[in-house]
Amino acid sequence: MRDFPEITIGFIPLLDSAVVIAAVEKGFVSDENIVAHLVRESSWANIRDRIAVGHFQAAHMLAPMPISSNLGLSPLSVPLIAPMALGLGGNAVTVSNALFAAMEGEGCSGDLDPATAGAALKSVIAKRRATGADGPRFAVVHPFSGHNYELRYWLAACGIDPDRDVEIAIVPPPLMADAMRSGRVDGYCVGEPWNTIAVDQGIGRIVTVKARIWRNSPEKVLGVSRKWADDNRPVLEGLLRALYRAGEWCGKPENAAELASILSAPRWLGVEERLLLPALTDSLVVGPRTMIEVDDFFVLHQKAAAFPWQSHALWFYSQMVRWGHCNHSAHNVAIARDSYRPDIYRQALRPLFAPLPGANLKVEGALSAATPVGASNAGLVLGPDGFFDGRIFDPDMLDAYIASQRHVEN
Amino acid sequence: MQTKALAILVIDENTLRASIIEAGLRAAGHENVTVLHEVIGVAREIERVQPDVIVIDLENPNRDMLESMFQLSRSVRRPIAMFVDRSDDGMIEAAVDAGVSAYVVDGLRQERVKPILDMAISRFNAFSRMARELEEARTELESRKIVDRAKAILMKSRGMSEDEAYKLLRKTAMNQNRKISDIAQSLIVAAGLLEG
Repeated sequence: MRDFPEITIGFIPLLDSAVVIAAVEKGFVSDENIVAHLVRESSWANIRDRIAVGHFQAAHMLAPMPISSNLGLSPLSVPLIAPMALGLGGNAVTVSNALFAAMEGEGCSGDLDPATAGAALKSVIAKRRATGADGPRFAVVHPFSGHNYELRYWLAACGIDPDRDVEIAIVPPPLMADAMRSGRVDGYCVGEPWNTIAVDQGIGRIVTVKARIWRNSPEKVLGVSRKWADDNRPVLEGLLRALYRAGEWCGKPENAAELASILSAPRWLGVEERLLLPALTDSLVVGPRTMIEVDDFFVLHQKAAAFPWQSHALWFYSQMVRWGHCNHSAHNVAIARDSYRPDIYRQALRPLFAPLPGANLKVEGALSAATPVGASNAGLVLGPDGFFDGRIFDPDMLDAYIASQRHVEN
Repeated sequence: MQTKALAILVIDENTLRASIIEAGLRAAGHENVTVLHEVIGVAREIERVQPDVIVIDLENPNRDMLESMFQLSRSVRRPIAMFVDRSDDGMIEAAVDAGVSAYVVDGLRQERVKPILDMAISRFNAFSRMARELEEARTELESRKIVDRAKAILMKSRGMSEDEAYKLLRKTAMNQNRKISDIAQSLIVAAGLLEG
């Protein structure tokens, strides 16, 4: 073998690492004359630290992580960029059987509708408070995660204050189901397969999903250190092409079974195929003998799923400000926006003649139906992309959006 | 110069490694060392111990939970920075290489913390070296057993002496550029299939 560049990529065993794993397993990375080693990690903190000290050149990352790192919000922050996304959606909110029973008593029908589930949860909390009981305890995987921000968005839009009415703890994904079984948490928002696993074990019920809270919304990105990206542009661009083609392969329904079989291997996710398939086929088993088809539950390729929209970065930023994770300033807005690098994505994909959006930002929640858009080539469809409460996020009106969200609406 | 003894909290699910680190710290004159083997109830312990330095195994999946607790929890209002000084890249790299991560109360002077981290890093390294040697010894014993079984099969089925059987295994391994134990393993599997 000639002297091909070698890179090491970190990942957390979650379904949305699929594109990274498939890129290696199906040979898309070697097509680009890159030798990639994948390393499974046990925490997002390790992913961050190992990128910082140079053990990893790239990693499967929570979408807000490059932003929080660039804003200096976490220990050992180094400048990171997200030149690509690794899919849209894929998370769900699961509650314990006891909490679901209480929510059913308050009108939750279990159809995954965020508004009715949230209204029922609000009533349950109010009744508990009247008896002097504590509010329910939820868990997410990391403070700077899509999970934390979508859970908070959902709760707040339903009139539940995420800081006062409930407690939100941090629990690593593989320990979520255990925490629920032992009663340490009453509910959680996590990526697949950890919702399906709780249902399969008979300890919880899926009450809503990311795709219904904000349809076609960002979840994981490829994160790389800015310095490595600057010094190794050709390798990075080759990697992006490999990941794009892997996403295309993963997104084909006829490949779902093979993808599940690859991911189930002990060195990747180590989870049975049957527990991976519901999310890959948009057919969630939400409770005992209850299957619900969820359009766009987890999107790997369609709807420009890999495009690193700067409007996504700015939405996460708006939520960081909303929940007191950072201060709002023009300087911070620029840092957040420039953490996502559509320019690198465009450059890398040029040789593939891939359909590319014409803009770097879009109004989130503006498309109520699937809409063909003016892309550089034919064949790009975006949306629907609405927030369940009908709010619209226009990145040009960021200040007004942040001002309007200062308070939880009751 | 008289300064208050630093409170050190070691969180490690590996009880053997934790005790090695604790012994090292105590030998170096640190009296105030607390060891935790699991993270359930860690918030209460942090509140009680008020640690200046927290040393944790990098492989602990609860690192994200601990970090958020340091930063957000109402019970632990103390600002925590990771490692002594962000500019000390060499120290950070050595720690991550060794598999240890440290959280230090912001404002603590580097010269007070560095010996503690040096100690933790060297103990982590010593421990993983020990674990590796143990694993190698175990693997060697295993492969010796496998080779013995393969030799026995050859001696029985081809009427060879022990020495001839071993030479055949070694020659095959050399020709195929594989380990003798791999060849022996294949032979045992094949013999099992043929017996079927």
